[in-house]
Amino acid sequence: MPESFAPAIQEGARAMGWKAVTLQGWGRSSSADCLAARPERSGEMAAALAPPGNRTLIAHGGGRSYGDAALNTGGAVVLTGRLDRILSFDPSTGLLVSEPGVTFAELLAIFLPRGFIAPVSPGTGFVTLGGALANDVHGKNHHGLGSIGDHVAWFDLLLPDGRLLRVAEATDPDLFRATIGGIGLTGIITAICLRLAAVPSNALTVQRRRVANLDDFLQGFKDAAGTAYSVGWIDALAQGAALGRGVLETAEASPHDGTFPSRKAKRFPIDAPGWLLNGLSVRAFNALYWRRASIVGQQTTASYAQFLYPLDAIEGWNRMYGKQGFRQFQCVVPFETGERALRRLLETIASAGAASFLAVLKVMGAQGRGMLSFGMPGYSLALDIPSRPGSEAVFAALERITRDAGGRIYLAKDSVMSSDGFNAMYSEAGAFRALRERIDPQRRLASDMSRRLKL
Amino acid sequence: MSSETWLILGASSAVARAFAREAAAHGAALLLAGRDMPDLECQAADLTIRHQVAAVPLRFDAGDLASHAGFVARCLSQAGGGFLNVFLAFGVMPDQADADADPTVAASMVTANFTGAASILAALAPALEAQGGGRVVALGSVAGDRGRKRNFLYGATKAALRTYLQGYAARLAKAGVRVLCIKAGPVDTAMTWPLPGLPFMVSPSAFASTAWRRARRGSGSTYLPSIWWPVMSIIRLLPTSIFNRLDI
Ligand SMILES: Cc1cc2nc3c(=O)[nH]c(=O)nc-3n(C[C@H](O)[C@H](O)[C@H](O)COP(=O)(O)OP(=O)(O)OC[C@H]3O[C@@H](n4cnc5c(N)ncnc54)[C@H](O)[C@@H]3O)c2cc1C
Ligand SMILES: NC(=O)c1ccc[n+]([C@@H]2O[C@H](COP(=O)([O-])OP(=O)(O)OC[C@H]3O[C@@H](n4cnc5c(N)ncnc54)[C@H](OP(=O)(O)O)[C@@H]3O)[C@@H](O)[C@H]2O)c1
Repeated sequence: MPESFAPAIQEGARAMGWKAVTLQGWGRSSSADCLAARPERSGEMAAALAPPGNRTLIAHGGGRSYGDAALNTGGAVVLTGRLDRILSFDPSTGLLVSEPGVTFAELLAIFLPRGFIAPVSPGTGFVTLGGALANDVHGKNHHGLGSIGDHVAWFDLLLPDGRLLRVAEATDPDLFRATIGGIGLTGIITAICLRLAAVPSNALTVQRRRVANLDDFLQGFKDAAGTAYSVGWIDALAQGAALGRGVLETAEASPHDGTFPSRKAKRFPIDAPGWLLNGLSVRAFNALYWRRASIVGQQTTASYAQFLYPLDAIEGWNRMYGKQGFRQFQCVVPFETGERALRRLLETIASAGAASFLAVLKVMGAQGRGMLSFGMPGYSLALDIPSRPGSEAVFAALERITRDAGGRIYLAKDSVMSSDGFNAMYSEAGAFRALRERIDPQRRLASDMSRRLKL
Repeated sequence: MSSETWLILGASSAVARAFAREAAAHGAALLLAGRDMPDLECQAADLTIRHQVAAVPLRFDAGDLASHAGFVARCLSQAGGGFLNVFLAFGVMPDQADADADPTVAASMVTANFTGAASILAALAPALEAQGGGRVVALGSVAGDRGRKRNFLYGATKAALRTYLQGYAARLAKAGVRVLCIKAGPVDTAMTWPLPGLPFMVSPSAFASTAWRRARRGSGSTYLPSIWWPVMSIIRLLPTSIFNRLDI
């Protein structure tokens, strides 16, 4: 390992303030009581490494992981959101260096007017760069550009023993590969060097068309292989001949600027009552969504924010699933076994009537760089499943199908996968555990997820 | 060249940082003054990149009174154009119990919150008068309105600052410099993070955008958020016998 390049603990750093908080995953069915510190500057980060009472620690970014990746029941979390300074940007190379709390929405607001965007972006702008790297997130262009880790030159990592290292693939491949997608378990990322992508305008040309069934979808994705962005919205309640019907959306950077009204987010006012999301209302919504899309295809111009972050227009939309919350399921299955697996997954969901709004289907490209990166060539399916009696059995069935197909479940979304399932799906799980043993023998970093998956 | 320059005193504070972003978003050049130079350098980079304005970190210690005259000279040589405006944000709030137990804690709070503020404002006054315009905005506190059991020494320093600013405003008014004391309620920063159950808490960015607007308009003093005006009016009027029994 290279030597540390900066003294981690700054002289005169004030005592870190801790307070008891309750945090939830975005799906609101995982929650944790813990202590939380919130450093305001990166010099304070080292002090956060030592929570009171020898508690374990995990970083918590934007809190947009659906499950328990950023939760630590009975332990401590360090909130990274206040570390949001942009440290350098070179327009000739696109290289950006920033603190981990900067969000994708901020990057878009600052750099799109200068002709740059994050090369890869998840489906909400509230995700932080640190959280994105720790789950090696992908976007609607994964088939072309891979995941965020593929665009990172280096990052600074505060190790559990207090050393601060600048980690690059060339100098420290193990630590680099363990941290990308490493769900916060290798250390706290305190700075990231990311290569932004140049774009010709502030707009995208979007094509949408109605798709009759799964075959039609998979063909549609093949045809769109050369298009920058593609995503499918599936009506996960449709069965029989209509199984896998939905809307295929593809997009390409537009050569011309568009003018877009500024978006003011509306807030979801209350925890929706349980009856609102019964099978009927969801079925009606999904059917309407499907019918509204044109059969032949329709072309529109969209802003990056509209296209990349459609859900951000409704703040707190996760309250729509009521107090009990929901879990999200997302898996990727290899192309070879994928079609059959997708059918089985969709049939399982539809026949359980696990009412869900639109499911998301995507084609994924290359295997990610991280040991635990989710991305690999294949089809990815994601959908929300409200927490109800019986939903555990649905998740167990989905895990089985994914595992048998040689696929994997996405840790950013997960809160229920078994440790066995994880070991079978993530072939480098052993290498990851070995690295943790080396850099964190006492397991000072831990989360509800790391305990559940026996990481 | 920017149309105005804001000197931010105590620039590492979350409130100050949010105010600096607000000023930069409006095209102002910034002088970022404080003790944590690595942080101020990060902030200067951030403001320069986000808003394409000039931002210069400057070492400043409110408690080092002897350095204030030299500091003002450095500010003037580094100022980025237009009137020099001042946002005074530094301050500390140790526990009342710690201040009671240890006079050096008490004295350093008085120095940071009041003596240091008075000293740097006095050192800046001639330059502000000479330019014949500009603004001074300083962070007071609702705690200065009435001494409470919980934090009356802190409250006393903020009351002293408020009184100082009244006279300072009167002196600088002749030169066209406007002085605003913001009586802040709880803001969600490191200062308040460990404290449970503070009422009407606002985020630093919400605080800063209102502060920016009020700084353009007013002088005198202002409650931020405004809800503290009725609340403190009532608290000030409570008879002592009742007030003393309250656990606030
Ligand atoms: C509406 C919505 C749409 C989404 N769409 C997508 C999508 O299209 N593609 C996709 O890939 N994901 C998607 N996600 C998931 C999301 O991108 C990931 O869960 C992401 O990791 C969340 O980042 P965060 O900043 O919210 O971090 P958190 O959720 O708070 O934390 C995520 C992980 O990062 C770790 N972490 C956070 N900060 C640091 C740090 N500084 N150092 C070390 N570890 C850290 C945490 O410990 C945790 O393990 C979506 C989520 C939502 C809510
Ligand atoms: N937060 C609230 O609820 C609240 C309410 C009312 C009023 N206020 C006032 O608002 C101001 C900002 O507070 P905050 O909440 O943002 O707290 P904060 O984050 O603790 O900021 C206080 C800042 O003051 C600086 N400082 C302290 N002593 C100094 C000295 N001797 N010389 C130079 N700088 C010094 C600190 O600088 P270092 O980086 O060097 O430590 C720190 O950046 C304070 O005046 C506070 O009294 C706050």
